[in-house]
Amino acid sequence: MFIFLILLMILMIIGAIIAIQSKDLLSAAISAGIVGFSLTMVFLVLQAPDLAIVQIVVETLTLIILIAAILKTTREESKVKKSAVVIYCGVGAVILLAILLLFLADTSKELPGFGCPNLRMSEVYIEQGLKKTGAANLVASVILDFRGYDTLGEAAVLFTAVMGVLAVLRREGRKK
Amino acid sequence: MKGMTEIVKTISRLLAGLIFFYGIYIVVFGHLTPGGGFAGGVIISVAFILLIVANGIDDKKISRGKDKAGFVESSGILLFWAISIVGLCMGTYFFLNFLGKGKPLNIFSAGIIPLCNIAIGAEVSAALCCVLIAFILVKKGDKK
Repeated sequence: MFIFLILLMILMIIGAIIAIQSKDLLSAAISAGIVGFSLTMVFLVLQAPDLAIVQIVVETLTLIILIAAILKTTREESKVKKSAVVIYCGVGAVILLAILLLFLADTSKELPGFGCPNLRMSEVYIEQGLKKTGAANLVASVILDFRGYDTLGEAAVLFTAVMGVLAVLRREGRKK
Repeated sequence: MKGMTEIVKTISRLLAGLIFFYGIYIVVFGHLTPGGGFAGGVIISVAFILLIVANGIDDKKISRGKDKAGFVESSGILLFWAISIVGLCMGTYFFLNFLGKGKPLNIFSAGIIPLCNIAIGAEVSAALCCVLIAFILVKKGDKK
């Protein structure tokens, strides 16, 4: 199973690289879809069906919207001239990543192993989630009871985003 | 917006009901099985989007649909907020699970969690429909 997981992650990295490097926008969108659907399979392998359901539905919807936008407009990538600023940004990004990797390699020695977390808060949730909330699905008891504030914030974020879309794309009150 | 061919229309008419009820199942059983308000809401909105894209719709009807979707979305988030504030009104803390917990693994259990799931489902499904309708309308507005 672990080999399957590693193969999926390699596929995701390849898809992401193709999505960035491809000149054809349609193949770039489909490569981005490879990343999303592989992530769904990774969630299924790691036994997280809640995340897998959300991931597959949202990925399908965004892929459809992206492909519809590409078919309506253009398949060619807009050309960006390479100037000195781009090179400076690249060098800066590489230096930043190197420093970040240095710190990460230092901290990764103290982290628990992959797939066996030892977090005190989540142990309480796992042991007493059913007793305290009465919900059989542990994820629901966490996101709607222990972490209710977060879910309220997420719903408010979605509401605000839709309000912004409706305000930008409105037809009434626009100058002609 | 123009519709597609007769084959697509018939198949989408057959499938949309199934997708809609699957979304409702995911929302209502969110506290028992994997899923919940967000995932189920997106599935419900996919049923509506499938019907709109396959069958096509005229400008006036979809404008009314946008108002209705906006109403459902706003009332969904208002319901969620109202459920969470009941605890404060009763003199305790925010997000109090004020209903009885019931038997585990029953559909009427877990207090306010199913109600919150339904509120989030209504909000998410109507929000995504609203965004799609806004995109369709702005395309038509630019052509005129």
